[in-house]
Amino acid sequence: MKTILTTTLSGLAVMAVLLGGGTTAWALDGALHSLRGMTTLQDNADAADLNNKQVGERFEKNYRQQPPLIPHAIANYEIDIKVNQCIACHDWPQNVSAGAPKISETHYIGREGQNLNKVASRRWFCTQCHVPQDDVEELVPNTFESSKDLE
Amino acid sequence: MTGENEDKAKSSMLKNLWQALRHPNKKYALGSLLSVGFVAGVIFWGGFNWSMEITNTEEFCISCHEMEQNVYREYKQTIHYSNRTGVRATCPDCHVPKTWIHKIARKIKASNEVYHKILGTIDTREKFEAKRLELAENVWKVMEETDSRECRNCHNFEFMDFPSQQKRSRESHDGAIATGMTCINCHKGIAHELPAGVTSEGGAATFGHKSK
Repeated sequence: MKTILTTTLSGLAVMAVLLGGGTTAWALDGALHSLRGMTTLQDNADAADLNNKQVGERFEKNYRQQPPLIPHAIANYEIDIKVNQCIACHDWPQNVSAGAPKISETHYIGREGQNLNKVASRRWFCTQCHVPQDDVEELVPNTFESSKDLE
Repeated sequence: MTGENEDKAKSSMLKNLWQALRHPNKKYALGSLLSVGFVAGVIFWGGFNWSMEITNTEEFCISCHEMEQNVYREYKQTIHYSNRTGVRATCPDCHVPKTWIHKIARKIKASNEVYHKILGTIDTREKFEAKRLELAENVWKVMEETDSRECRNCHNFEFMDFPSQQKRSRESHDGAIATGMTCINCHKGIAHELPAGVTSEGGAATFGHKSK
């Protein structure tokens, strides 16, 4: 009885060493791709990709004066004569606590050139120039080239 | 003289009623009294709840032009009215508690709304807009006090699939749980237009961003 137990235990130990060491070796040399990918059992695998549509990386500008794209959904955001939900986060000094990019200073200059403490009324309707970014095909085929590409 | 007599007659009538209530009835069987009482109870209690449910329908809410021409028309543009899955939250879903005791309390408070309907406090769009901030702040305050109880009939932090949320929402909800915030702290103006100016004055605070 004692012998059987000892044999079994040592057998298990050998298997464990073989399996453990073996897995590491296979994973490292790339011979085995499990659902965990190339991560060994000792390490934590990276979290799966999350839904990052329209967020995360901001799209690059296509030309110098392009209004920055909006990297998040803005459906149902109210922008009218009473309120502007964009400036709730993007106006200084609120942008600091909201952790949002500040509206460009050019937007605080009135049409007579005077500096204002509020977003100028001619800049009030953000979505006249800024649109949410999305990876879509152009509606009309065009040969647009950025001034940067033409240099 | 006649007044005195009437008073006497009244007091003796009250006395008789009191006596009748205090003593066993000699005319009707206990069984019939109980069954009549039971049936009357069902009718009155059922009738009470039935009529309360009538006041708990969208149709009833927008039978006032104040509601129909202002908040209802605004709400029709929002996701709680029209969305891809066809689930709709109507007025009472968000504005009347589901639990009976809180519902009764809200219905009693609504008598103030009837009073102001009679006074015509907000019977034009201009009057309504002038009052909008005060009215909205009342609702926001109640929702903060109840931990957004009516929102949570459908929405719950624990039921949220964070990975399928956008990064911005995910991070905000994570922070909200950690700091014990409630839905209305950020989600203002989701079903109705916002009061004038709230986005300009302390806008970030209105929408839940605390100074770091």
